[in-house]
Amino acid sequence: MTRFSLGKYLLPTYVFLTFLFLMVPIGYTFVFSFNDSIKSNIIWRGFTLDNWLNVCDQADVCGAFGNSLLVAVTATAVSTVLGTMIAIALVRYRFKFRSATNLLLFLPLATPEVVMGAGLAAQFLDFGWTKGLTTVIIAHVMFTLSFVVVTVKARVATLDPALEEAGRDLYASPMQVFWKITFPLLLPGILSAAMLAFALSFDDFIITQFNSGSVDTFPKFVYTAAARGIPPEANVVGSFVFIVAIAIVIAVQVRSALKKRKLLSK
Amino acid sequence: MAFVAFGSQTPAKEQGPSKTGRVALFLLLPGLFYLALFFITPLVSLIITSLKAPSATGAIGRYDFGLEFGNYVYAVTQYAPQIFRSFSFAVLATVLALAISYPIAYFIAVKSRNRPLLKGILLTLVVAPFFISFLLRTFAWKQIFSNDSLVVNVLKDIGIFGADSYIIGTNFAVVFGLVYNFIPFMTLPIYANLDRLDLSLVEAGSDLYASPSKTFRKITLPLSLPGIISGTLLTFIPISGDYVVASRDFLGGPDTAMIGNVVEANFLRIQDYPTASAISVMLMATIVVLVSAYVRRSGTDDLL
Repeated sequence: MTRFSLGKYLLPTYVFLTFLFLMVPIGYTFVFSFNDSIKSNIIWRGFTLDNWLNVCDQADVCGAFGNSLLVAVTATAVSTVLGTMIAIALVRYRFKFRSATNLLLFLPLATPEVVMGAGLAAQFLDFGWTKGLTTVIIAHVMFTLSFVVVTVKARVATLDPALEEAGRDLYASPMQVFWKITFPLLLPGILSAAMLAFALSFDDFIITQFNSGSVDTFPKFVYTAAARGIPPEANVVGSFVFIVAIAIVIAVQVRSALKKRKLLSK
Repeated sequence: MAFVAFGSQTPAKEQGPSKTGRVALFLLLPGLFYLALFFITPLVSLIITSLKAPSATGAIGRYDFGLEFGNYVYAVTQYAPQIFRSFSFAVLATVLALAISYPIAYFIAVKSRNRPLLKGILLTLVVAPFFISFLLRTFAWKQIFSNDSLVVNVLKDIGIFGADSYIIGTNFAVVFGLVYNFIPFMTLPIYANLDRLDLSLVEAGSDLYASPSKTFRKITLPLSLPGIISGTLLTFIPISGDYVVASRDFLGGPDTAMIGNVVEANFLRIQDYPTASAISVMLMATIVVLVSAYVRRSGTDDLL
């Protein structure tokens, strides 16, 4: 009897407490985005909306945020296209060097960021390339590519090849088959891969620090600012991104739940 | 039209495999070429740099090509404590993250299986930390545990802490921060595995009068081993190269530096590229050994 009640209440209580623990720093960051701080954002000095309304008073925060967006959008676009092509090839075609390809795609996932960051930086030094936005984007495409492949590959594997065959039987050109059948069916997978790549790129710090030179991205700004105290405007940006991301996740979940219900009622 | 299509199709069908090969090549080459250029050659650059010798001109940050294997000896002897510490922190944090995450993953995958709403909420909460910069989260812990914080003062008041005790800058703080940051990385793969667990196997165990703990040890745990392994890799690898948590500006102190901190300081601050590269190469080699042991177990197709 005791074991039964333990199993019944112990695990949910534990899960609840752990989630509470996971949320503590998020809540802290959010709360201190409203702090009426003067110089450092350490002690609570009162509530204000000023940080939210005038984020760009801290020009560095705003500029870094803009750079992060630019890098993430560009890198996501490139790596989503390249990664989707690879994913289709992996599932649909037979080719030699398959295990070498798998290994080449897996290695970046298994390499510590500091190694990829230092390696790329060493190469840029050897090439004599100046570090800046371009080198950051190059680096971000590199480390997000494999994540895109993994995500899209899972979707390609669920596609029924018969659908494409039907298109071919009806004399559709390979291009028509791809754009009218394959692509629309893959779209959900491609979109979630793009979202993942965007999130990874936006939040990346270590590889960025090694390859950005004097360019600031948002995480790099936070790292540099930590020495003297992070301004509340950085908390605003972090909280804002968090709210947008959570809203997207909830919207996606609600949409798929509604779709499921519609299918069931039919 | 039909004739043209037919005419072009017949020879294509005959040389089927080679055409497939060409399409596959067209799809694969751009991405693989990109990885070769910006992932593989950088690793080669790293090895070459790790063997370079100081420039004959004596200029700081300039190095000549060489075969200075002594760079490795220097790196190991100079930074032995940091290398040892990284390894211990990574093992300890991975084990703790596993212990904390497994019950969460189990609860979401098994106990919430028939409650889609609860499951959706819990999964969102697990990934929620990903959506706010891990630097901000780590810095938040620094504030929460700072010397004049509520937490430290309460610990002092109830007598657990002496008057001059502190948290930030200790090994405890660094391991704590590492565990916190990597709980989601551990939870998700275990969840993904347990989500596919066939509950009738567990029922069979209890039908045969096995105790719940025996059923767990003999059925659930072995079946979830692949999830545990990928969670462990996803946690151990990033931790072994992390330098944010152990940085003095975050949760670390003068005696908490890890391999990542050494690479950062040598590469970006004092421009000792050969030493930084030698350490990176050794870190990479260790990880490759670990991963290839894993690959030998499960084959390359399961990697992705």
